[in-house]
Amino acid sequence: MSSPIRLSKAIVVGASSGVGEAIARRLAESGAQVAIVARRQSELARVIQCAPNLIKHFVHDVTEFDSVPGLFEQIASELDGVDTLVYAAGIMPDCAEGEYSFAKDHATIATNLLGAMAWMNVAAARFEAGRAGTIIGISSIAGERGRRGFPGYCTSKAALTTYLESLRNRCSRYGVNVVTIKPGFVDTAMTRGKKGLFWLVSADKVAKRTLALAKRGSSACAFVPSRWALVAAIVRALPSFLFKRLNF
Amino acid sequence: MSATWASSLRTGASLRVLDGFGRSVLSACRYVAPRSTEELMETLARAKSEELTVAFRGSGRSYGDAAMNERGLVVDTTRLNRVLRWEPGQGILEAEAGLTIEGLWRRTIEDGYWPAVVPGTMHPTLGGCVAMNIHGKNNFRVGPFGDHVLGLDLLTAGGDLISCSREENPDVFHAVIGGLGLLGAVVRVRLKLKQVKSGRLRVLAVTARSMDETFDLFEALLPKSDYVVGWTDCFARRGNLGRSALHAANYFEAGEDPDAQDSLHVEKQGLPASIFGLPKGGLWKLMRPFTNAPGMAFINALRFHTAHLASGSTYVQSHVAFAFLLDYVPNWRLAYGPGGLIQYQIFVPHGGARECFHDVLTLCQRHRQVPYLGVMKRHRPDAYLLSHALDGWSMAMDFRVTRRNRARLWALTQVLTERVLDAGGKFYFAKDAVLRPNDVDRAYGRARLDQFNALKQKLDPANLFASDLTRRAFG
Repeated sequence: MSSPIRLSKAIVVGASSGVGEAIARRLAESGAQVAIVARRQSELARVIQCAPNLIKHFVHDVTEFDSVPGLFEQIASELDGVDTLVYAAGIMPDCAEGEYSFAKDHATIATNLLGAMAWMNVAAARFEAGRAGTIIGISSIAGERGRRGFPGYCTSKAALTTYLESLRNRCSRYGVNVVTIKPGFVDTAMTRGKKGLFWLVSADKVAKRTLALAKRGSSACAFVPSRWALVAAIVRALPSFLFKRLNF
Repeated sequence: MSATWASSLRTGASLRVLDGFGRSVLSACRYVAPRSTEELMETLARAKSEELTVAFRGSGRSYGDAAMNERGLVVDTTRLNRVLRWEPGQGILEAEAGLTIEGLWRRTIEDGYWPAVVPGTMHPTLGGCVAMNIHGKNNFRVGPFGDHVLGLDLLTAGGDLISCSREENPDVFHAVIGGLGLLGAVVRVRLKLKQVKSGRLRVLAVTARSMDETFDLFEALLPKSDYVVGWTDCFARRGNLGRSALHAANYFEAGEDPDAQDSLHVEKQGLPASIFGLPKGGLWKLMRPFTNAPGMAFINALRFHTAHLASGSTYVQSHVAFAFLLDYVPNWRLAYGPGGLIQYQIFVPHGGARECFHDVLTLCQRHRQVPYLGVMKRHRPDAYLLSHALDGWSMAMDFRVTRRNRARLWALTQVLTERVLDAGGKFYFAKDAVLRPNDVDRAYGRARLDQFNALKQKLDPANLFASDLTRRAFG
């Protein structure tokens, strides 16, 4: 059970920006073979230009669940195996005061949660059979409580955190390393222009910490940076009668 | 969107992590379990149109990768398990291929019939028994399972149903039996069962203190016994090398067993509910601390010496208790730990068997990888295209697999395989996890393999049927 964790053949889903892009770059710099997957061809092209040792890229919309098994197999055969899956795709649509949009909720759940499940199911089955492998899910501190500002987003991240926990409980006993990363505020396109941000860190910093946690091989579930654990503890402890009065 | 992810097998079938019975090989496969022959036909048609390969899986009792298909589809056949016809007067039973040996004997024992050939466990399906052409402890006398199949219906890749038997399409019949499920789906099997006058057997237990003594005693028992099996202590060295406990059994003739009628009841065919006074459900956990080389050397020695003290004794045992030794301790395979085990069964022609078995055990000991269990049987040749049988002897050996010894163990089996092939030997795919195409060529002969492939080309030109085993062992 103590063989070193290998992050040498990785698929990074949602690698065209933000934390996903930063993880893909760091993996490629460390010598891993990395296949990056994202929806936007132009963004993929930009990422590849900046980091030429990212060897493969695939245009894929994570809400096209049907194409996931085939794409996974294609990548696995092109890389001659896969030992790491990083799921970093995520959207956070604005939700205005008084706005109730099922379309936005649906898109958020499809991208942040169902897409993750589609990819992780395939990865988990293969990794369990191979008795090795690392699955990294980028969740969020937003999943700790249901905030009034982002109902769909908070729900998707709470569900993703729970799903990753189930996955960890299912397959860590078979040597699969399931890592849940719950970043606080990260300086990416997703948060740009949002108000009330603090302790903002760069995507690269999150990526660095994520890979360090993954290499431990202990199926970590962690806040990044770790000081957010304190915030999370306070937020979780807030009684509802208080929480519902806050605009946070 | 919601309708699309059930639209195809490639994307919609759930994935299952499947293991071989030895748990040393695993793969993640698409998995479906059709509920009727019609559903099976539809599944095969869909798999074909989606260019997915198909492997069949019954009860998953093959030790290696025969019932696994990474990247393809695994079709579980166990729901297709109806008995279609049972004629007690003639002992002829017709059933779907997912019926297990257990389902079979439970249905027929009270009418005085027992399957002519059974493996060491009652869980395999008829389809699996056909595909592997399994053998029992009476192979030397009644041949393999296939010899008691009167006919079968094969569903081909093209969707045709072909009836075959010794008279009708005999070339297909002799290739499907032992054909590893590569020619199509067996959907119906017609079997001839053995009439028994009692639900019990008379068993003689004797011991032999060396390899030569084992062979001599075994040969002396053969002419007068219906079943003979040897259990070999593979840890015994030098002069004691090959020491074994042998069990020979005979059917009762009419009038010989005073309890004959009563013993044919299903409830008289149980396995012991406890072993050494311990409930057997969790017994594998107690075996776990002994499932290592020193522990197993001790257990093997203990078993030999207790058997030796009682050597020459006879007793009466139910068919189930004698036949299904592997079912005594549920989940015993878990005692081998997370790495599991491989079973490696060698078949060696009569003339060279003594010397070959001696060399094989010596090689295992020299490589410090001694089988925890060794089982010896006598075999006779048969008429099937991919037959593992020959006029000779087999030794089945269980090796523990761990993360650390895996590469060394595979290397050892290469050495053993060379030795066996030099002696003109063969291997058995139901047990195999290690053979490579070159070994298979030498064991089965290029001519036979070509003949099989030609038939496969005819029945399954698009190679719909394949498995992890075929990719590993046939290249």
